[in-house]
Amino acid sequence: MNPLDILIQYWPRLLDGTLMTIKLTLLGAVIAAIISPMFALIRANASPVAQAPLRLYISFMRGTPILGQLFLIYYGSGQFRPFLQEWGLWSFFRDPFNCALLAFALNSTAYQTEILRGGIMGVARGEIEAAKAIGMRPSRVLRRIVFPHAYRIAWPALGNEVILLMKASALASVVTVFDIIGRTRQIFSRSFDFSVYLWAALIYLCITAIFVLLWRLGERKLSRHIGAQSDSRTILNPPEGPKA
Amino acid sequence: MTQPDTILKAEGICKSFGTVKVLKGISLEARQGDVISILGSSGSGKSTFLRCLNFLETPTSGKVTVHGEEILVRNGKPQNARHIETVRSHLGMVFQQFNLWSHRTVLENVMEGPVQVKRMPKAQARDVAEALLLRVGLQDRMQMYPSQLSGGQQQRVAIARALAMEPDAILFDEPTSALDPELVGEVLKVMQSLAAEGRTMIVVTHEMAFARDVSSEVVFLHEGRIAEQGPPERMFTSPETEEFQRFIAKVK
Repeated sequence: MNPLDILIQYWPRLLDGTLMTIKLTLLGAVIAAIISPMFALIRANASPVAQAPLRLYISFMRGTPILGQLFLIYYGSGQFRPFLQEWGLWSFFRDPFNCALLAFALNSTAYQTEILRGGIMGVARGEIEAAKAIGMRPSRVLRRIVFPHAYRIAWPALGNEVILLMKASALASVVTVFDIIGRTRQIFSRSFDFSVYLWAALIYLCITAIFVLLWRLGERKLSRHIGAQSDSRTILNPPEGPKA
Repeated sequence: MTQPDTILKAEGICKSFGTVKVLKGISLEARQGDVISILGSSGSGKSTFLRCLNFLETPTSGKVTVHGEEILVRNGKPQNARHIETVRSHLGMVFQQFNLWSHRTVLENVMEGPVQVKRMPKAQARDVAEALLLRVGLQDRMQMYPSQLSGGQQQRVAIARALAMEPDAILFDEPTSALDPELVGEVLKVMQSLAAEGRTMIVVTHEMAFARDVSSEVVFLHEGRIAEQGPPERMFTSPETEEFQRFIAKVK
């Protein structure tokens, strides 16, 4: 049997699943990206006592399987149905997509927070002092100096996190979200043609490849100031450095 | 009483790190056009004192007055902390390690203060920055990033960046100590020209020639106190204290 047949017959479903995977991943990553800068600042600056709740949350999210977190939200919310209905939240938790999105966003927030914290701690102190010394307000120092550097430092690790999240989003199929894997299982149960799994793998591979490419463009843009001109720059063979 | 032409006044600055007393009550007054060199062996507290003047280091106690803003510190707490940024914007600072913003071009580094702190329109800030870079001899480096410049060039950019804020006074924290010997001269030349046009400067330095020939006053710190103070001619020809005699004998 020609593996192309299954693609010709079922491509609209696979496309639908692909869009769902992208939607779930992007929304989750973006929500996490909006919350994590604030958390990262707390992690980098607040007193140990003040950041204790945050550390507990991060330990939980990084220390337990993401599938367990998804179950906790999807099945767990059913246990509290009367309570959630009273608060008008039941319609949110009834939808498996929302539950999956919430789980992924919470999980990714924890990881992105820690990645960004590392970036913030890596910013040269002297550059922050120079900004303070000309009379910049703290919020402006963050916006103009700290975060541009922190994101440059954290960029590769953040890209990695988004790729991991994209692959973890396949778990959403377990709670009946029709992402790529969800659609693939559905198609397989009808056609019993195993090649559909190969197509699914190929789709994941394409998404990742395109993402990596875009991310690298972003990295290049953020790194303009580091040895700007050469593309052949490597750690072991750096461009001519600044003379002291 | 503060003299009418007083630019900066520090009174009784004390600073402790834990139980170590680094500054034990230093007072200093800079008037318009003063070039004050602060000398002292390492550990004498000279850099710490300079950093207390613009509150990069918060003194344990003392008072700093700049541009009519008075900031009093008691028990390590500034009484009107929200004026600190105002004070800083009236004091330029040049660091030992240059501390240019590495993600911005030379021109952007100099424009940053006027645009972000003084709310100057960008076009105007660009004119100001270009004029200053021309002045420190870097007009052909404006679009480069700091990592593409030599140390001496970076320090000249840092001086232009400080000048762009039109400060009442400029603080120099060992501006030539991180430079290769052959690059020291170009930075000192710029500093000398600033002194010649009447800029108020406070310079922590190891350059004895600069202290002797350019500054109007020399302050010698020893173990957190001002051990000796006076015009450079007198200080270097007939030092009064044993500590300063020993110090100049050592650096000669």
